[in-house]
Amino acid sequence: MSVNNLLENWSQFRHFHPVDDKPHDPYKWAMSIDLDACSGCNACSVACYAENNLPVVGKEKYAHGQAMHWMRIEHYWDEDIGTKEGSDFPDQGAQFLPMMCQQCEAAPCETVCPVGATNHTADGLNSQVYNRCIGSRYCSANCPYKVRYFNWYDYPSTENVWPETMTQQLNPDVTVRGKGVMEKCTFCVQRLNVAKNDARNEGRTVHDGEVQTACQQACPTSAISFGNLVDPASRVARQWAQQQVELDKDKQTKDAEPGGSNLRGYRILEELRPYPSVMYLERVRESAV
Amino acid sequence: MEKDIREDIAWAQINKDVLGSLEAPRPLYWVILLAAIAMIGVAVGCEIYQYQVGIGAANMNNPHAWGLYISTFIFWIGMSHSGTLLSAILHLMHADWRKPIYRFAEAMTTFSLMTAGLFVMIHLGRLWQFYYSLPYPDERGLWPNFQSPLLWDAMAIFTYLSSSIIFLYVGMIPDLAICRDSMHPGWRKKLYSLLSLGWEGTDRQWRNFRVTYLMIACFLIPLAVSVHSIVAADFAMSQQPGWHVTSFPPYFVAGALYSGCSGIITLFIILRYVFKFEEYMTLSILKKIVRLTFAIAMVWTYLNAVEFASVWYSHDQPSKDVLIQKASGTYAPFWWGMIFCGSIVPLTLAFKRAQTNIPVLFAVSLLVNLGMWLERWMIVAPTFSHGIYPWTWDHDQWPSFVQWGIVFGSFGWFVLLFMVFCKVFPSVSMYEVKEMVYHRSLHLKKSGAAGRGAH
Repeated sequence: MSVNNLLENWSQFRHFHPVDDKPHDPYKWAMSIDLDACSGCNACSVACYAENNLPVVGKEKYAHGQAMHWMRIEHYWDEDIGTKEGSDFPDQGAQFLPMMCQQCEAAPCETVCPVGATNHTADGLNSQVYNRCIGSRYCSANCPYKVRYFNWYDYPSTENVWPETMTQQLNPDVTVRGKGVMEKCTFCVQRLNVAKNDARNEGRTVHDGEVQTACQQACPTSAISFGNLVDPASRVARQWAQQQVELDKDKQTKDAEPGGSNLRGYRILEELRPYPSVMYLERVRESAV
Repeated sequence: MEKDIREDIAWAQINKDVLGSLEAPRPLYWVILLAAIAMIGVAVGCEIYQYQVGIGAANMNNPHAWGLYISTFIFWIGMSHSGTLLSAILHLMHADWRKPIYRFAEAMTTFSLMTAGLFVMIHLGRLWQFYYSLPYPDERGLWPNFQSPLLWDAMAIFTYLSSSIIFLYVGMIPDLAICRDSMHPGWRKKLYSLLSLGWEGTDRQWRNFRVTYLMIACFLIPLAVSVHSIVAADFAMSQQPGWHVTSFPPYFVAGALYSGCSGIITLFIILRYVFKFEEYMTLSILKKIVRLTFAIAMVWTYLNAVEFASVWYSHDQPSKDVLIQKASGTYAPFWWGMIFCGSIVPLTLAFKRAQTNIPVLFAVSLLVNLGMWLERWMIVAPTFSHGIYPWTWDHDQWPSFVQWGIVFGSFGWFVLLFMVFCKVFPSVSMYEVKEMVYHRSLHLKKSGAAGRGAH
């Protein structure tokens, strides 16, 4: 261990994804979410709680903004609701946005962590090393989406987070986080690792559809698709291509067309240049049909 | 023009007056010391509770990831700056008037840095793993992240603190020798003998001393500027609205000098009164610091205006929203309080009568520092409450008693350190006051001689 290691191997660990650096190979995990299909049922969120051993903090802490929902359903209302001209069926004006860590390619959270607890993996994931985290919460401060959740309390020892009868339900593949560390959506990295190892043992790469995230699996309307963006035949890569959303653009070419694009694909806060790995498909409005 | 110091003070008188401040304290000293310890007790209690329970005890939540700890950290870092201004920058500029007051200002620097460092620790979610942020050789080849402004912060503060301690100590050596020579045998005599490193005042020692002192002064000046620029970088390097401002580093440095200068005024007045240092801490010197403070106040006000204007005309909607939120939302009373205390109150310092009016100056200096504390809070909190992502806006979060208790206790910690310092070490530099008196008498002799020559 020497300073030389640090100086010589720096470039190995610091990439300028995705613009100036070599693209990910053979995996770049990405997602696309069809907001038109999303019914706001929260199944994805529940599945995430179950899969990733998320603590259920209770009503009071939830109201305090201390919920640990890695996958959250955001509820938005159309502006005309509640006015006289508004719809008779206000629920039609509701729309939902499933929001989780966007696994940004140039993640604002990564550069600011003083101990390097959050890093970019070779598969294009934004990883969080719980054991390394010292809880400075700088990552959360710099996250534009505020999708990083901090263990404000020692949840494993908190009453009713996982009641006695439910301890068998905890997922043995996922660590339970102690107090004072940051956590967030991992794209179900435990599942990805199993699939990758299986594929490697058989001398191939992961097939499309071979691995699903918990939220994707639970979605009753199949609004979420997940897969390998490097594989052009994968569902997610085809969707991104159809929507002409490119990973390494902070402004999509299609949006520069006069009058804008009719395609529905967009990424949230793309203009901040975090290069998020989640594409959303805009909801088709009645007024637009 | 009044004199900064009388030229006819005898050197023995200077020794006697300054050493007098080291004599056994009055009962009130012990009362204040106990009060300070009680304040620290509150903070320690809060910290123990927070350590056990988790940062949740501080009542932070998802958008509000940082709170009063970071604000107060910036406040104490800021307080530390004027010591260096007075002792190092003015030393290089040969400003004689700094001599009677730089010692306690330098002590203030050291102690406020020691207070600020605590807040970095208190803030951490896993205090017990703080050493991960240090670049120590680790057999797993793990290093801290050198891209993180927080790491620069840790390094800058540590460097600044260690240099300040060395500077304070080196500058004190001739005085420690005076203490050694005039003390009766006892623990003090032993302490001063040890610390004065065998100082005898030979020519060779003085020459080495001058060079060393000058070198540390030169080393310290860029550090003082970089430390607060780096604290500003914690914010300016992020993407958050209200933080991502290019002018933050100079703005922070100006704010730091500002709060530090008013801290010096406060302590000047207290020491002058308590130790009866009227001969040395003269009103003429006070007037000079007050004018300096006024100038820095105006620079700070200007930089504030620059920041608001650049946000307002930037067409960066989230930043603009944060600014509007500061001026009209939940934080409006504090934000306007900051404007009032930071920009309006110091206008009184423009009046000649106020510049030497001790009760007015005392009140103004305290108000200014209240304003500067509010400023730091208004940098940190509103951005969290009203960030880029509207779904997570939270305008109602309020720091818990744990946060307030620790902030309260930090003042006790500072007071404790400072009070112990004042009784153990000479808070006025004896040898430099003598130099000042000597320079003045030389000057008078010269002008007298010139006057005679004209005949």
